[in-house]
Amino acid sequence: MVGRYESWGRYPRVRQSAVRLIWRHLSLPVSRDPHRSYLPFGNGRSYGDTCLNDGGILLDARGLDRFIAFDPEEGVLRCEAGVLLSQILDLVVPKGWFLPVLPGTKFVTLGGAIASDVHGKNHSREGTFGRHVRRFELLRSSGERRICSPGENPDWFRGTIGGLGLTGVILWAEIALRRIQSQNVISEAVPAPNLERLFEQLLDSSRNFEYVAAWIDCLARGENLGRGLLFRGNHAGAGSPALQRKSRRGFRVPLDFPVSPVNEVTVRLFNTLVYLAHEKLSSPTVTDYDVFLFELDRIEGSNRLYGPGGFLQYHCVVPLECGKPVVEGMLRLTFRQGMPSSLGVLKVFGALPSPGLLSFPRPGISFALDFPSPGPKVMRLLEEFDGIVSSAGGVVYPAKDARMAPAAFKAYYPQWEALEALRDPKFSSTFWRRVTKE
Amino acid sequence: MERILIIGATSAIAQATARLFAAEGASLFLVGRDPEKLRAVADDLRVRGARRVETMTMDAREYDRHLRLIEEARRSLGGLDTALIAHGTSPDQKACQTSFDLTRREFAANALSVISLLTHLANSFEHQGYGTLAVISSVAGDRGRQSNYVYGSAKAAVSTFLQGLRNRLHRSSVHVLTVKPGLVDTPMTAGLPKGFLWVRPEIVAAGIYRAIKSCKDVVYLPWFWYVVMRVICAIPEKLFKRMRL
Repeated sequence: MVGRYESWGRYPRVRQSAVRLIWRHLSLPVSRDPHRSYLPFGNGRSYGDTCLNDGGILLDARGLDRFIAFDPEEGVLRCEAGVLLSQILDLVVPKGWFLPVLPGTKFVTLGGAIASDVHGKNHSREGTFGRHVRRFELLRSSGERRICSPGENPDWFRGTIGGLGLTGVILWAEIALRRIQSQNVISEAVPAPNLERLFEQLLDSSRNFEYVAAWIDCLARGENLGRGLLFRGNHAGAGSPALQRKSRRGFRVPLDFPVSPVNEVTVRLFNTLVYLAHEKLSSPTVTDYDVFLFELDRIEGSNRLYGPGGFLQYHCVVPLECGKPVVEGMLRLTFRQGMPSSLGVLKVFGALPSPGLLSFPRPGISFALDFPSPGPKVMRLLEEFDGIVSSAGGVVYPAKDARMAPAAFKAYYPQWEALEALRDPKFSSTFWRRVTKE
Repeated sequence: MERILIIGATSAIAQATARLFAAEGASLFLVGRDPEKLRAVADDLRVRGARRVETMTMDAREYDRHLRLIEEARRSLGGLDTALIAHGTSPDQKACQTSFDLTRREFAANALSVISLLTHLANSFEHQGYGTLAVISSVAGDRGRQSNYVYGSAKAAVSTFLQGLRNRLHRSSVHVLTVKPGLVDTPMTAGLPKGFLWVRPEIVAAGIYRAIKSCKDVVYLPWFWYVVMRVICAIPEKLFKRMRL
């Protein structure tokens, strides 16, 4: 369907209009109403309201979808900001190159990946997406254009990476790719019967495996609390056999469910089946990177499974030493409040510094939880989460957020005023207005 | 590998079609009005795998440059296998009703310029005895409607011209393809309200690519427009004239 603008979590619903950016040499459209603010919009994969602009104008950048230059010797690619990471992979993988950092979905734009400074399952190895950005061009509402790199306009470079689209429109970017010998990943799923074991596996695997992420059964209680599956993998070496690429997107959620099929009963059934299916330690398998890295993309429109009310994801990172007690505390809190999460994912963030002013990743344990149909009860629970996370010295991910209080945001990101200073005076978002409110 | 001339190469449908040919290593000669846009499209196609991409800046209504343009394209690509005519405008019907001058300009852009290009291309392809002439017409040309009959009649002229040309060139083994897209979500149609019948230009481009490869005569894109237009054309004029379409 053409022309719908919502965030991945489909919450909140806002009124906004949109114009498309098609050509990188043209200036921004002139708005008839000078009070309406702009916000760049990529492919709408941000979960919360960082990609929404209530009462304002979205600058849909998906028309900026051209490649500009590719050096197959050096592995440097320059392309417009609306190109999807999936399109980049389609181009570079057959030539032996790969994106060093990939989020859980490949259907994000290059500009969006920079604006949220996204990370992947290999944070310990490669850091965030922004670390591999060499330079980009920023267009401001004044018509001014700036080439930004670590050496040229470094403040703007730093502010725009993880800058949530507020510093101007990224028109194109140049990124450094990495070599791969094969498009296969050798992966395995390791079951862990409780949180203790899951953490052991998680930390242990990070030493020998590039990609590591753990799925937690958020409904398992008692001695099973925190049981889950650890998924880990490495790129295969040269000579790995070419696999038959199945046509992906086999399943598509065709309609909006009037009532979400995601509830405690179905999630419990699903989680138990998934866990049992993997309980006997499976041997490593050779899979296409596409199957291993992009679980979320397997079902087109999977966000619609959460029903018309949408969903929230709470995504935080806390220092390594607090990881286990924080995760345990949060899980217990969900039971106490009668609001168990439908999906939980744990990752380890390594020591590589994030390049952005407002980047989310920092060393520690990253924990993400989904909650369908956000109501007052969920909001209260997440506020309690904020208490746990902030007292542990952690932060919450803006690109997943649609609810944190201004005080919480400002405590998590005391450097926010530096981004405010770099913000284009005509650019704003629902998120930014919400979290910077006095 | 294929050598392709594309007129209106910066249009959304042409760009998406050119990408499919570029990916298989084709050589392309791109014609458009805006040199900056042409450069952006050409760079993109080179990265996507085009063997060679050349560009020329021209307004399709510059009839006296058409013959030289075709010669230039032929020379720089070392021959021509396919020509895709994809340029066009979306006339403001209301404004045209009050201005014949505007109507004439829209007709020039959407019909006469195409007919001029086809006149030269037809002779050139007839002489070489092979190749494909693919032209983007429109479902709007199948029946005149009050909401856009200036555009519709220009496209009708193109469609009928192509019918005759196909008949003439069949003997010379030249393939003539009439493409009739329905509602396509492109910058040209940016001002129109969108519903469920609208498709992205990539869908239409894939159809054009297939139709060129399989030597189709007339294609409706997507296919369901064939059904829609058969129904619309079957409505008796007595009834049709009372409808608000």
